[in-house]
Amino acid sequence: MQRSTPGDVAYTWIIGLLAGLGILILIGPVLVVIATSFTTSQTLKFPPPGLSLRWYGELFNPARSAQIHTAALNSLWVAGLATAIGGVLAVFAALAISRVARPSARVLEASFLSPLVLPTLSYGLAALMFFSVLGIRPSLNLLIAGHLVVIAPFVFRTTLASLSQLDPALLEASANLGASRLYGFRRITLPLIAPGIAAGCFLAFISSMDNVPVSLFLSTARTAMLPIRMWGMMETTLDVRIAAIAGVLILATLILMIVMDRLTGLTRRMSG
Amino acid sequence: MAAAPAGSGGVPGARVDWRLAAPLGLTYLAFFAAPFAILLGISFYADAEQTRLGLDSWTKFYGDAFYRKVIFDTLKLGVFAVLATTLLAYPLALVFRASSPRVQRLLIFIILMPLLTSVVIRTFAWIVILAREGVLNQTLIGLGLTSTPLNLLQTELGLVIALTQIEMPLMLLPLLTIMNQMDQNLVDASRALGASKWRTFFRVILPLTLPGWIAGATLVFASATTAFISQSVIGGARLVYLPSLIWQQSMVVYNWPFAAVASLTLLFTVLAGIMALGWLGRFARTS
Repeated sequence: MQRSTPGDVAYTWIIGLLAGLGILILIGPVLVVIATSFTTSQTLKFPPPGLSLRWYGELFNPARSAQIHTAALNSLWVAGLATAIGGVLAVFAALAISRVARPSARVLEASFLSPLVLPTLSYGLAALMFFSVLGIRPSLNLLIAGHLVVIAPFVFRTTLASLSQLDPALLEASANLGASRLYGFRRITLPLIAPGIAAGCFLAFISSMDNVPVSLFLSTARTAMLPIRMWGMMETTLDVRIAAIAGVLILATLILMIVMDRLTGLTRRMSG
Repeated sequence: MAAAPAGSGGVPGARVDWRLAAPLGLTYLAFFAAPFAILLGISFYADAEQTRLGLDSWTKFYGDAFYRKVIFDTLKLGVFAVLATTLLAYPLALVFRASSPRVQRLLIFIILMPLLTSVVIRTFAWIVILAREGVLNQTLIGLGLTSTPLNLLQTELGLVIALTQIEMPLMLLPLLTIMNQMDQNLVDASRALGASKWRTFFRVILPLTLPGWIAGATLVFASATTAFISQSVIGGARLVYLPSLIWQQSMVVYNWPFAAVASLTLLFTVLAGIMALGWLGRFARTS
């Protein structure tokens, strides 16, 4: 190793400062919004003049926040079903192309992943036009279909990654010992790729709960979804209850994330 | 048949099992490809009432300087978001690489936390921070850096700051993955041969991690150009980008052909960005 030149010292400092700024930018807003949710005041003043659970009380009051509750239940229902149906289809699709080197497999892989990069906002409008041309009225089922398409890639990707790490010798050994393909799948493949599927389903569920582009066009007043309701609240009143919703969602996600990390090594999986 | 080693790309002679691929494939055809085909079809109506066919919606959109500026601003926003996330994500990834496993776990958690917080809530947080009486202005005034509060909401700067946080995990995750795979010997060799840290970064680390950066930049670009909530709430009515234009034309004005043209333009814009980044990757590998 050589001695540090002024340039090297500057490098260390600049990298350190920018990384610190990066961490501040990542975590700061989350902390600010949590602190705001405990405010006593009517407005979004930060730091809050006093701490209370007032806005959580408002949020959980069935009479006052009925619309938010309906939207939250709609979102949970759509996210749950879209993840379940999309997850099964995506696992099948991943099994179909895993370890196939042919061009057809690459084309399928790219198509199944395309909703991750193609603008889902364009897709949301396209889906609205499509259903209106077919004369189908907006409903939660349409939302499930729309969400399913944009969240299936998450499960597809993690399942494919798990399958690529599966040792094929295990399946051959089981076949040599007389197990049927289905038995081998049920007793060997599925248990080994289950953590990958679970991690993908977790991401799919979270991204459905948070989906704006598709819900924006396909949901109506009757089938309101949580993020769209929150957007409406933000546009008109800057209601402090949004901060309370944030607090609840952050806590729920945190718990879910810790559980998933224990079960599947989610953080390892997401960092590669 | 000889067994392929674990983790290899493909088994010789393996074929796509179409019975398993069909359910998702058909679902995509029915609910993904068909809607885009309808969108394309509707864009060729000449009038909002969809009675007459023609290219009027296309010529009106691309013939008007205002709409061309909207396309340009949307592209610019995507590029700024990529630059800003790059500036912060690279240092963070380098620090991550040099950290102990315990610190790495903490960093991963910090990186994932915003990703798992609703995008609406992240935007909401930035309103609290960027407002005239918000956290940032209070801090700046407290430090004596400015005497009057700055206007950050409804500006491009404020929007880029917010998008930097909102999109940064998308840049960081692929970058961290590739940083972890990078051979430390190459970095050490560069330093031992007398290269400065800057030179080592630009000549060794940067080229080796470029594929991860391209993956991250693609996601950030695609996400920032289509971030309707952040654009509309922080940008306000003064800043118009393609997503808010699509929303306004389809759900407020009810000019579906025109909204379809804007929507396809957004699609082309994102595809152009992805292709440019892909081209950059190939160019970097051959040079």
